[in-house]
Amino acid sequence: MKQANRRTKLVVLTAAMVLVLAVIYACGILIPEEAAAGSFLNAKLPPSLRHPFGTDALGRDLFLRTLKGLSVSMTIGLAASAISAVIAVLVGAASAAGSRGVDAVLNWLIDLVMGVPHTILILLISFALGRGLNGLLAGIAATHWCSLARLIRGEVLQLRSQQYVAVSRRLGKSSGWIMLYHLLPHLAPQFVVGLVLMFPHAILHEASISFLGFGLPPEQPAIGIILAESMRYLSAGMWWMAVLPGLTLVSIVLLVDKAGEHLKTLLDPYSAQE
Amino acid sequence: MKGTLKRLARVFVGYGIKILSLLLAVSVISFTLVSASPVDPVQQYILGLGTAVSPEQRAEIESYWGVHEPPAERYLTWLSQVLRGNLGESAIFRRPVADIIGERFVNSLALMLCAWVLAGITGFALGCVMGMYQGRLPDRLLKKACYVLSSVPTFWLGLVFLLVFSVWLKWFPIGFSSPVGVLSREVTLWQKLHHLALPAFTLSFLSFANIALHTRQKLVDVLNSEYVLFAKARGEGPFTILRRHGLRNILLPALTLQFASFAELFGGSVLAENVFSYPGLGSAVSAAGLQGDVPLLLGITLFSALFVCAGNLIANLLYGAVDPQIREVGK
Amino acid sequence: MEQTRKALLEMRNISVSFRMYGRGLEQTDLRVISDLHLTVYPGEIVAIAGSSGSGKSLLASAILGILPPNAAVRGDLQYKGEALTPERQKWIRGREIALVPQSVAYLDPLMKVGPQTDGYYKPTKKRRMLFERLQLPASVERLYPFQLSGGMARRVLVSTALVTGARLIIADEPTPGMSIEQALEALRMFREMADEGKSVILITHDIDLAVEFADRVAVFYAGTTVETAPASDFKAGPEALRHPYSKALWKALPQNGFEPIPGFQPYAGNLPEGCLFAPRCPYKTEQCEKQVPPMLEIRGGEARCFHGA
Repeated sequence: MKQANRRTKLVVLTAAMVLVLAVIYACGILIPEEAAAGSFLNAKLPPSLRHPFGTDALGRDLFLRTLKGLSVSMTIGLAASAISAVIAVLVGAASAAGSRGVDAVLNWLIDLVMGVPHTILILLISFALGRGLNGLLAGIAATHWCSLARLIRGEVLQLRSQQYVAVSRRLGKSSGWIMLYHLLPHLAPQFVVGLVLMFPHAILHEASISFLGFGLPPEQPAIGIILAESMRYLSAGMWWMAVLPGLTLVSIVLLVDKAGEHLKTLLDPYSAQE
Repeated sequence: MKGTLKRLARVFVGYGIKILSLLLAVSVISFTLVSASPVDPVQQYILGLGTAVSPEQRAEIESYWGVHEPPAERYLTWLSQVLRGNLGESAIFRRPVADIIGERFVNSLALMLCAWVLAGITGFALGCVMGMYQGRLPDRLLKKACYVLSSVPTFWLGLVFLLVFSVWLKWFPIGFSSPVGVLSREVTLWQKLHHLALPAFTLSFLSFANIALHTRQKLVDVLNSEYVLFAKARGEGPFTILRRHGLRNILLPALTLQFASFAELFGGSVLAENVFSYPGLGSAVSAAGLQGDVPLLLGITLFSALFVCAGNLIANLLYGAVDPQIREVGK
Repeated sequence: MEQTRKALLEMRNISVSFRMYGRGLEQTDLRVISDLHLTVYPGEIVAIAGSSGSGKSLLASAILGILPPNAAVRGDLQYKGEALTPERQKWIRGREIALVPQSVAYLDPLMKVGPQTDGYYKPTKKRRMLFERLQLPASVERLYPFQLSGGMARRVLVSTALVTGARLIIADEPTPGMSIEQALEALRMFREMADEGKSVILITHDIDLAVEFADRVAVFYAGTTVETAPASDFKAGPEALRHPYSKALWKALPQNGFEPIPGFQPYAGNLPEGCLFAPRCPYKTEQCEKQVPPMLEIRGGEARCFHGA
């Protein structure tokens, strides 16, 4: 009885978190470009009721820009994590199910991706694709799958040695059947949890790369770009430009991370027992 | 002893082959990526010259870059030059890439080393405190703080530190590795350290939460082990246990982890150096990427891969040298 | 006659329970040792014999005060006639009472055997003599625990306790893995110590061995001692024993007919209300199922049974 209560509570809490994220995301998408556009008359205003986050050097409202930036970051983060998680499952499963040669090659590949600092690798990929959205997406997707792939490889190896899988094989079930009925139910939660836990990392990387100037074009309202602009006005005392958007980014990342942990608890009760 | 040496040699050779294959792959991939880029390196090079060039001069530069040769051939030419130590000439700095890397690496190394040591020591100490107080208030508070910190992006933390410590409190300069307008010969060590402090402090935040949480977990495992139970049965108190058994069992794995984290360290330094306008490899690589300086971009990429591999090699050797179960097998 | 001697260690109604947290705020108390009685006199070896899963090993932790924080001990624990408070336990650990652990896993894997055996108080010279007596080559002190053979490891573990000069040694399964000569040598050392006036608690599942070397044998069942009897009673046979479980245990020995006891030992968290052995006992009555029988003096031993004979 109590257990059910606790579980329900967790479900409600997670749903609330997802709802908050969805509202922020929707706000960012729905706010028209013009709303954030400002005039020089309102430039460099500190936070006030009218402009909760203040305005920037061009008089644009930073609160609206931050919201729009967050929705951009979330879109990129989600897309990149999804691609990355798919790569991870494919590589992990192939590595565990394939021959020793395939396993060795894929392990080498993981070592290769881990062998170059991710920031550098994303810079290179972004450079190759002429910066912008595509480069950012490809770069983040290409660098985030390694640890999940290792996890899934271990999981598949462990599942394959289970008695019930061996029994199914003896009973003449095809490997496709085994994949569908024995492996997939175990891998699906891993996939979802891995994806959600990858999401905050992807957002952080997006912000970092945009900050360096390799992401979206400067007129786009991305958090990294707002923060990069804020650097120029730091010594002028415009603290709100750096502090408030960054703080919002950190809260969103923490929120996503927490939601991911909850989801992990809900989907994979064993790991949550600790 | 002889067996140990032999085994170490075998590890070296095995790992050497792997490093070579990885570096070769990195060179192929990064060369392919920059070749695929819509940015024209010749155009960038000419832009960097700052003067107009005649069509003949342009053709000469183009043939130097091998623009008309097939990519594979261009790669081999480039690789053979790299193997001879010639990384080409930087378009931004108009100097050999190897020289720039050498100079800037000294700066970056100072930054990364300070941050690495600082993060290692504070992270380890905090991890020990958390482990000793497992489940109690200090542990719970510190654990929360570590989780929050690991979600804070380095570059934003740098901005906040810059705002607080440089703009408001005026304790540290705003950027660069030495005072502006002072000849590099006349910069004192103190001034250098003064400029290094804040970037290094920022960069150390990148990893110390991670080290602290890892150390905590290891210490908790050790404290729950049967051998610690036996040590208690023999009258050892908590701090004797930490000294006699705890440190012995967690210090070197933590150090191994530290060496294996060179990739994050390097990546973090790119951001920290950009925030603080610190003239190291990190600010050079982003400048190279933004301004299409292909030779410098390739050079630093290769160098960063080499740097990470060196860290991993040390981690692997440490791992083998530390654990008697692995070390003594050779005897 | 034993009552006139002064007990070294006396345990009365000792219970150990673990507080387990379920999900949320739920908590249950899991009782692993219940109403245990055991008295150890100077100069004797008391064997605690029972099948695995009966909570024997936790007994040692309870005496030494090194149970995990979620464990609670109730009852009366006395050492040399004085209550064994946590402060006194802290002081006696490794000085007055020493533990011989079960396996090599109780040794720090990264510490060489020599310094490890010396322990915190560093009696290196005495330890070297001990190693010689136990036929451990001098080079053993430079080995790591994982390099020890099974028998060597046992002897090292035994010497960790012997080296302390403790008055009471609690040996937790000290003999498996040793050759018969080594086991006999180790037990002979315990015997010798007992003859010098020290005491040994020998926790074992090997009843034959216990009977051979111990002065008294306590039969352990589901977290309690159901009977304490002179070792000679076990040699004499079931008629000399008092508790139905001891009798059944005797009959289950290979040389005595190998007759199995029906049913299973109840697990902590699922203990019967009355006598712990009642569900498997052929002589049980209604009283046995409702009430915990008291420890009764019967023919120079003790048994926890309403019908003990």
